[in-house]
Amino acid sequence: MPEGLTEIQEAVAQAAATNTPLCIRGGGSKDFYGREPRGQVLATTSHTGIVAYEPSELVITARAGTPLRQISAQLDAAGQMLGFEPPQFDDNATIGGIVASGLSGSRRPYSGSVRDFVLGVQCINGRAEFLSFGGQVMKNVAGYDVSRLMTGALGTLGLITEVSMKVLPAPAQEMTLRCSVSADRAIKLFTEWARQPLPVSGASHVDGVLRVRLSGTEVGVAAARAALAAEEDPGGDDFWRRLGAQSIAFFNDSRPIWRLSVPSAAPALDVDGDLLIDWGGALRWLKTDADVEQIRDAATRCGGHATLFRGGDRRGAVFQPLSPVLLNWHQNLKQAFDPGGIFNPGRMYPEI
Amino acid sequence: MLLPTVLPALGALILTVLNPNLSRPELCAGSPTDEPSTMTEIRPAMTSQSTIALRESLATEFRNFLPADAVLSAYEDLAPYECDGLSAYRQAPMLAVLPDTVEQIQHVMRTCSARGVPVVARGAGTGLSGGALPLANGVLLSLAKFNRILEIDPDNRWARVQPGVRNLAISESVHALNLYYAPDPSSQIACSIGGNVAENAGGVHCLKYGLTVHNILKLDIVSVDGQRATIGADALDSAGYDLLALLTGSEGMLGIIVEVTVRLLPLPDVAKVIMAAFDDATQAGNGVAGIIGAGILPAGLEMMDNPAIRATEDFVHAGYPLDAEAILLCELDGTAAEVDAQIEQVSRVLNEHGASDVRVARDESERLRFWSGRKAAFPAVGRISPDYYCIDGTIPRRHLGTVLQRIAELSGEYGQRVANVFHAGDGNLHPLILYDGNKPGELARTEELGAKILELCIDVGGTITGEHGVGMEKIDQMCIQFDAKTLAQFHAVKAAFDSNGLLNPGKAVPTLARCAEFRAMHVHHGELPFPDLERF
Repeated sequence: MPEGLTEIQEAVAQAAATNTPLCIRGGGSKDFYGREPRGQVLATTSHTGIVAYEPSELVITARAGTPLRQISAQLDAAGQMLGFEPPQFDDNATIGGIVASGLSGSRRPYSGSVRDFVLGVQCINGRAEFLSFGGQVMKNVAGYDVSRLMTGALGTLGLITEVSMKVLPAPAQEMTLRCSVSADRAIKLFTEWARQPLPVSGASHVDGVLRVRLSGTEVGVAAARAALAAEEDPGGDDFWRRLGAQSIAFFNDSRPIWRLSVPSAAPALDVDGDLLIDWGGALRWLKTDADVEQIRDAATRCGGHATLFRGGDRRGAVFQPLSPVLLNWHQNLKQAFDPGGIFNPGRMYPEI
Repeated sequence: MLLPTVLPALGALILTVLNPNLSRPELCAGSPTDEPSTMTEIRPAMTSQSTIALRESLATEFRNFLPADAVLSAYEDLAPYECDGLSAYRQAPMLAVLPDTVEQIQHVMRTCSARGVPVVARGAGTGLSGGALPLANGVLLSLAKFNRILEIDPDNRWARVQPGVRNLAISESVHALNLYYAPDPSSQIACSIGGNVAENAGGVHCLKYGLTVHNILKLDIVSVDGQRATIGADALDSAGYDLLALLTGSEGMLGIIVEVTVRLLPLPDVAKVIMAAFDDATQAGNGVAGIIGAGILPAGLEMMDNPAIRATEDFVHAGYPLDAEAILLCELDGTAAEVDAQIEQVSRVLNEHGASDVRVARDESERLRFWSGRKAAFPAVGRISPDYYCIDGTIPRRHLGTVLQRIAELSGEYGQRVANVFHAGDGNLHPLILYDGNKPGELARTEELGAKILELCIDVGGTITGEHGVGMEKIDQMCIQFDAKTLAQFHAVKAAFDSNGLLNPGKAVPTLARCAEFRAMHVHHGELPFPDLERF
């Protein structure tokens, strides 16, 4: 077994035998996310390395502790990228953490989410068994899609040790356009554009400024630019990177920050606070001191859900509460993978 | 494989020939209604007194809340349900029900759950792996009456539909809005969206636009005990575990899909197709890698070998060069300027990789003609052979040349001709084994050859099914692809939704005992993956 894996498996076996809760941790760049972490820290950072990468296959396989920056650099050198534009909150982010958290960046509505790109996962379940799901091929319907179930499960079902992901060719050209409009107007424009086959790869609105990113061939981008009446933003690349990293000024605030995932054309939400729109309208970041119930109501009324992303009370309901049937399925799945409840207990919901 | 001796749980199984005389395009096997009369006799579902009594009492109970014509119990009414698109597997159900409201489905599930009766859900019955094969002691739940498009939201670009709606009907219903539903399995004129979700159906365009799992937002599910739940949302994600992904491709083992919300995409301005001919199939494979390596993601990238080319050309006159060892069809879509630029780039790459002929379809009618050959490939092969058997493996693309070579060798060893049709862009192979079911031993030899091809796919790091599902057909190959611990974990997942094993039991995931039995007859590379398991 490669370095680190034996130790990790032994640590899980030990924890299972002694009913010791474990807090799975990669680079720690998302320690702030989810309900309060508890348990003995089990680091994946010793288990690193790109296992396989063949650009013409459009697939990369890497161990969980591999830093995202290492993967991005390797892909970049071959003119490829992770299509879901993973948010990198700091330099330590690992690919295992990216998959476990299930968070995707600004490209998400146009090229897909992290789970859309996950092809296979190797993991250790709560019985310290080493399991392999999915694979390294694009199409695979043998067995239940556990790889995608693990994605975004916040490590509560198993410890991810290795992932295989589909990658995409990087676009030949990218250009960001900007214009000053209201949030309502931005949502209308996003909706209008989304109904046309335009090469849009990002659409956001913050502090009264709409930005739209075009990606594709030189001629494709030029044609789209001519169709959209907006000026070029020379700082575009930097903006999208900092938006993903949440290092733009909007996120520097003492108020709790909520993540609302809603249908893209939903009108601006009727909650006091400041709003940043991403995903062409489908993602709304809200800085607010408003009441939790009011925020959740606003999200559910339009068919979405709200997550307390940063700040606020992490001992309460950080994620949207589940219906009784769904909660029951969650508890049963937790039992199926981690019967002793040792992995990240309570990080997602108190019951799992 | 299909041999009854290794299927003790399905003693009543009758082997029949696979019929290529298709009424629908590109199904591997014939539909239940067009089987030739030479078919082996089909046995009625059950004969024992206790099961007859159960059938009658259940039918009576169902008629309390279902119209009389929605409960089928006479053998002649059940016959149309005895197989899906894989007609080699046949079994009439104990009873069939055709509800037309979700409340009725819930009632059926509550009733069956309380009485411990297994349920197999069925959409259009076009599946190719026997996923909708009924059980002799089970209820067949047809979703055929759920055929309405419930709501279309053009601004949020989704359509909420009932599970029995045909795949193509969705795109047709939103065409005027300049939108479409991307996944296009080749059975799209007949297959239903509920079945597409259950099998995670693919299609020609999934290299660029993804499989069913990438193109749905929300499902309404009825649980084994009749509770209704919504998973996913009208938004791009939802809270908790990704049950939407887990349910997709779960082959009716976890819940009954009663409503589907699909994502819609804007229709591309332009689509153009290139056809390239090669004197050598490996070169064609390298051409595929060359296109991807050049940073282009085509909307479709298909390959056919010489036997497939000859069969289709003779059938639909698509304009394919008969002397080519392989052809590639590469479709590019987007804005006009973008497509023109990419057509030029792809043509250059294909020439560099030794294409003997590169042709761009001059107009829409030629584009459709180029595609007509690919789309008619299965029935075309059906014309040159009494029967054929379709395989569905996926491999890492770099092994395409090796795998093709090995398939040719195996074809020689078994004395069965093979025509190859691939979704080359994503490495999904559909070798078609030609055989004559009336010749003694040919079907068995074909099945064995098919199993060898699937094992070859696993050997090079691929999978036994890319888009058709495991169902009943590939259940033994699951024993090769997965170890005992992983299979046990799959069973635990099923139990999380269906603790008594009433939803489509016996499909998709083999029991460990079955794998041990399969292994005993089939030692792969001299290794047993279940060394700890007791054998009997």
